[in-house]
Amino acid sequence: MQSRVEHLSTTATSGPLQRSKIKDMSAEVVDSNPYSRLMALQRMGIVNNYERIREFSVAIVGIGGVGSVASEMLTRCGIGRLLLYDYDTVELANMNRLFFRPEQAGMTKTDAAVQTLSDINPDVVLESYTLNITTVQGFETFISSLRSKSFCPSKEGCGVDLVLSCVDNYEARMVVNQACNELNQTWMESGVSEDAVSGHIQLLIPGETACFACAPPLVVASGIDERTLKREGVCAASLPTTMGIVAGLLVQNTLKYLLKFGHVSPYLGYNALKDYFPTMEMKPNPQCSNSVCLERQKEYALAKPARDAAAKAKMEAEAPSEIECLHEDNEWNISVVDDTDLQGPDVGKSSGALPEGLVHELPSADEFQKTPGSEESANLVDDLEDLKRQLEAINAD
Amino acid sequence: MEGWDPTTKSTLTQIPLLSVKAGPRDGAAWTQRSKEEYKALIAYTSMNKANDNDWFRISAANPEGTRWTGKCWYIHNLLKYEFDLQFDIPVTYPATAPELELPQLDGKTQKMYRGGKICLTVHFKPLWAKNCPRFGIAHALCLGLAPWLAAEIPVLVDSGMIKHKDDASSSIES
Ligand SMILES: [Zn+2]
Repeated sequence: MQSRVEHLSTTATSGPLQRSKIKDMSAEVVDSNPYSRLMALQRMGIVNNYERIREFSVAIVGIGGVGSVASEMLTRCGIGRLLLYDYDTVELANMNRLFFRPEQAGMTKTDAAVQTLSDINPDVVLESYTLNITTVQGFETFISSLRSKSFCPSKEGCGVDLVLSCVDNYEARMVVNQACNELNQTWMESGVSEDAVSGHIQLLIPGETACFACAPPLVVASGIDERTLKREGVCAASLPTTMGIVAGLLVQNTLKYLLKFGHVSPYLGYNALKDYFPTMEMKPNPQCSNSVCLERQKEYALAKPARDAAAKAKMEAEAPSEIECLHEDNEWNISVVDDTDLQGPDVGKSSGALPEGLVHELPSADEFQKTPGSEESANLVDDLEDLKRQLEAINAD
Repeated sequence: MEGWDPTTKSTLTQIPLLSVKAGPRDGAAWTQRSKEEYKALIAYTSMNKANDNDWFRISAANPEGTRWTGKCWYIHNLLKYEFDLQFDIPVTYPATAPELELPQLDGKTQKMYRGGKICLTVHFKPLWAKNCPRFGIAHALCLGLAPWLAAEIPVLVDSGMIKHKDDASSSIES
């Protein structure tokens, strides 16, 4: 950990006013303590142990309008370690968003972020990865960096506690999904619509919730008719407000998940035109096209008895008397049924009825059968090198 | 296929469909898929030539077939405008389409993401998703790049953002 900080200090310009590192988070309320207001959460009983935040590693994929703001929020919260991934450089065209400064134009987004973040909070261990995760090579580096346990060798599973996807396209989200399914790593998805007036965040736990490939991606309907949306001459619009709000929702959910307080939202949408926040939950699809997702689903089902036993033990340990009470006079007529038993034939119906205000962004793949004809033509030439030569011959023509 | 012009539609239906659902990390299955990719590209290129509508060259830039490079061109006012074309096969292919890049046009048009990746129409991704794994590289070129060039090159030329090479270098070669 120490070596990484030292390594990164070369990319960070240490201004004259940069504060020194703080060994332990203190709750002392003095104007020189950057953590006093955060530690107050503990005093107020909102969070049990705020200091634990220093043990956590969070990977942020995509350091754009949402990811950069999320990285600043987590840095100010005193997160232990941030891994930042992006292949892009800072452009002046990004200045309608938060975080990056004009003088950083031309720097890679990850290095510019490290520069700013290490100034804000030198206690955070920052790792910068300038790569494209969708290529075979980039993906390998991505996976191995998530696996690496250099920061906390005793940690179970892989080397990070949470992956935040802050990318702006479906392709990259599918890649994060692939990596997290393979690593059995919980992650959160975020997105802002191309018309900049809606967004969403989503929690994905491999095997337990729907993965990103289980159903076509769910987005918030902006309420604007696609046909009236003028797309001539532009790819996408963006607003610092919508992006900041989505980053805020994402990091709020992250803090609740890591520090175990409040309700962690499985899906939260944001419609800026109506100030409407739809929510929902999605079960995994047993017919998911992602084979690793199916493996995770199987593992999750197999672990059910252990999970049930642990939940029962926890309930008994926490409030044994109250539970007995509930059984005696169940005045609210609550039926005590394990909700996972209620799934039945509804499993995977995530693509069925959607809550108001949510729509699928893409259709599902059509069912298709191999036509007998395709087999025949496949037998004509079946050597890859032959085919390559054939294409080269046509190309040279 | 709502939202597509009749020529694109009829061309598309003549490109052989693929059947192996495999990406570059799938070993032997990827080899099978690659064979199908070549067959479709050979058929599409031949068809373009036969119809006097030859408009691209593409070939694998590495033995694994995960990176492709080549050229594409567009005729506007009887002048030929040619560009480098490149793309990587994503690890999640064919669930997601390759992102086609024209690096020489990076920064010259709004209809492009950073790095020269062309901005596809709202119709492309739904059609690709619906047809996974039957569409391959040839289909991506036909549905993605061809309509993009037809829509953007005239605008770029007329606005002066790109110049014909004869204007720039005064060479006589067409
Ligand atoms: Zn899935």
